[in-house]
Amino acid sequence: MNWRLWIPLFAFAAFLGLAAYQLTQPKDEFVESRMVGESLPYFELPPAMAGVDGIGSADFADGQPRLLNIWASWCLPCIAEAPHLENLKRQGADIVGVAIRDRPEDVARFLAQHGNPYSRIGRDDLSEVQLAIGSSGVPETFVIDGQGVIRYQHIGDVRASDVPVLLAELEKAR
Amino acid sequence: MIAELGLAALWLAAALAALQMAAGFLTLRDGADGALAGLIRPAAIVQGVLVTLSFAMLVWLFAVTDLSVKLVASNSHSMKPLVFKLSGTWGNHEGSMLLWVMVMGLAGALIALVERRLPERTMNATLAAQGVVSLGFYAFLLLSSNPFERLPVPAAEGMGLNPLLQDIGLAFHPPTLYLGYVGLSVAFSFAVGALLTRQVTPDFARAMRPWVLGAWVLLTIGITAGSYWAYYELGWGGWWFWDPVENASLMPWLAATALLHSASVLASRDALRTWTIMLGVVAFSMSMVGTFLVRSGILTSVHAFAVDPERGTFILVLLGIFIGGALLLFALRANTISEGERFALASREGALVFNNVMLSAILAIVLLGTLYPLLTEAFDVRVSVGPPYFNPVGAIFTIPMLVVMAVGPLLRWRQDRIDRIGKEIALFAALVLAALILTSLLADIALLPLLGLALGVGLAVASLMPLRGRKLARTPLATWGMVTAHFGIAVALIGMASESAFTSERLAAVEEGGSTSVGPWTVVLQGVEPVAGPNWTAIQGRVSASYDGDDPVVLTPQSRNFWAPPQQTTESALVTRWNGQLYAVVGDRSPDGRWQLRLWWKPFVTLIWYGGLLIALGGVLALVGRVLSDLRHRRLAARIADRRADREALA
Repeated sequence: MNWRLWIPLFAFAAFLGLAAYQLTQPKDEFVESRMVGESLPYFELPPAMAGVDGIGSADFADGQPRLLNIWASWCLPCIAEAPHLENLKRQGADIVGVAIRDRPEDVARFLAQHGNPYSRIGRDDLSEVQLAIGSSGVPETFVIDGQGVIRYQHIGDVRASDVPVLLAELEKAR
Repeated sequence: MIAELGLAALWLAAALAALQMAAGFLTLRDGADGALAGLIRPAAIVQGVLVTLSFAMLVWLFAVTDLSVKLVASNSHSMKPLVFKLSGTWGNHEGSMLLWVMVMGLAGALIALVERRLPERTMNATLAAQGVVSLGFYAFLLLSSNPFERLPVPAAEGMGLNPLLQDIGLAFHPPTLYLGYVGLSVAFSFAVGALLTRQVTPDFARAMRPWVLGAWVLLTIGITAGSYWAYYELGWGGWWFWDPVENASLMPWLAATALLHSASVLASRDALRTWTIMLGVVAFSMSMVGTFLVRSGILTSVHAFAVDPERGTFILVLLGIFIGGALLLFALRANTISEGERFALASREGALVFNNVMLSAILAIVLLGTLYPLLTEAFDVRVSVGPPYFNPVGAIFTIPMLVVMAVGPLLRWRQDRIDRIGKEIALFAALVLAALILTSLLADIALLPLLGLALGVGLAVASLMPLRGRKLARTPLATWGMVTAHFGIAVALIGMASESAFTSERLAAVEEGGSTSVGPWTVVLQGVEPVAGPNWTAIQGRVSASYDGDDPVVLTPQSRNFWAPPQQTTESALVTRWNGQLYAVVGDRSPDGRWQLRLWWKPFVTLIWYGGLLIALGGVLALVGRVLSDLRHRRLAARIADRRADREALA
């Protein structure tokens, strides 16, 4: 018996084991931001449409915790989350929006159709702010505390069950 | 009705594959006079016909956009141009698997029809092994990805095809690779057949060689085309990204290259028996592993459109059965195969063995780099392995390989003296040194591209040296093939080195009418306008570019928006000159009204793909040469047999 002839089989078995293990692992598509716990990086964004205010990182340092919602008019899940953002606003949350790669007229149309939960909306044409705070997709929602520190990241659309979670996170950040 | 016909043909073909397998193994046990022996070849042939019929039915369904079929509804659209409707047939998982089994069926039918060199027992074992492999893929198709599934209610309109794939390159890129993979599956069946009957002979290598050659040619074309597709379609300006999917096609190519050379040694010198068998198994495993990595979505890659974890499981099971079985057989049987002829280190075989080892090392490096993220992810560490690993580590083995490749073909079989080819070696060394010194004096470039350029120049000349002193008209086609392929490697290498050494890049925001420059080019953005195609709209930049003050050429790079399904793609625009390519991409508009323009000047980049084509051409020449000489031998053998029969009749 020549033991060397068994090496390929064992190497292959190791590969099979690894691949099978990885297949059974749920694939985590969410990329969590490394910026949670850090201060917002400096930014200034122009308003996303006529009649709203733009935002800058300085606006967050006034002592009030806020939700920062990354969205876009071209994003379908954003339509799904619109009523829940509306609900959050009714329960006292201050939500600022960052519109990613969007056009003013589309933003206006979207808000006219699905409601406007935002106190300010910045326009991020190059995804600069999005990338800087570690968001990898649209929509995402961040909890920012009164000192401008990122406290919590929610990936994907906000669903009914997420509303109390976000409210609690806002309370914690107070 | 058409869909049902296709499905029925597919089930019948699967049944015949089962018959082929069972009859093959029973005959192997009972000897060739068993009742079933006569069934094996016809089963393979009819199976090939049936599966082709099934594929034709699917093409038909796509051509007429039959929206009651789920696959058509979810991958096609009535508004697509006909050529993309047809290519849509295999631009999805189910259709591409059907294409795969069709080619496999045709390959099986072809062997069953024409291959008469091997002992009948080995042939039966080979066809039985082929039956096992085919049956696995039929099961995959019929049980988990039926392409002919009907919708309960026909769809009103199809979902479209991923716009990145609506490109003429797609019509050919995956099928070419698939044909290559299937060719390797045939080599695999031959290897298993030879292992089962312990008949690892030069005849076995000769029977296997055309399949390996054909597969290798197709893989070469597939990789070259895929690289060019990524280059102009993805709009990133690079031609190779060490993406898992690219590696998935490179690994079988490396294994097939090694197999090709070791099969040549076995065919002409009866040496390297176990090694050739091993490579036969490895080459097909690499294509299966590649398919698994792409399809299962286990690694993140630009080919994410082909992903489904459940199918990944199925492929993994098939992989386990085929490759695990073959490797087990190898471990048990390889001992009983005698070693074959011996040879000296300084000989043609010696050089071939050395390069075989180098190729295997490169294969191991690529495999390791591709699987490494999978390994670390098991420990919750996400990494991505890229050029900083692959380039230098690969180079450690590529550089000695290139050197041996330059001188190896000059050596004689069995035993030779290095000093006999001293002059040639000196010429090669002088060329490499001269290029090295000249380039490093003239330009300030990194070590690897520098070595690549120098070795490329040396190899280009050295690869032609085997023709020296031969009568060119009487040189066998196979030798021409080798020379062409080796020369192609040199050409591609020079292209790669030049691209990475001399590329200049410019990212500029330009207003309409404004100008910028890159390398020797002056570029003016004349205007930006909207344009529309059959199923997309785009903004198109009109860019006029002039090389070193020459007459300007107009380029029209686009940023396209497809609406079914909605997706944005960049269409780069290229100007090709004899000494390189200008590559332009138009991007977004910035708030101040200027347009982002991304430009690259890539000297001699086209040599990469010309080199690839030369390599493939070399393979074609060798294949044609081998097949022709086989036919000649066969005619000769038939004539000798006739004459002998006559003589016996006279006596």
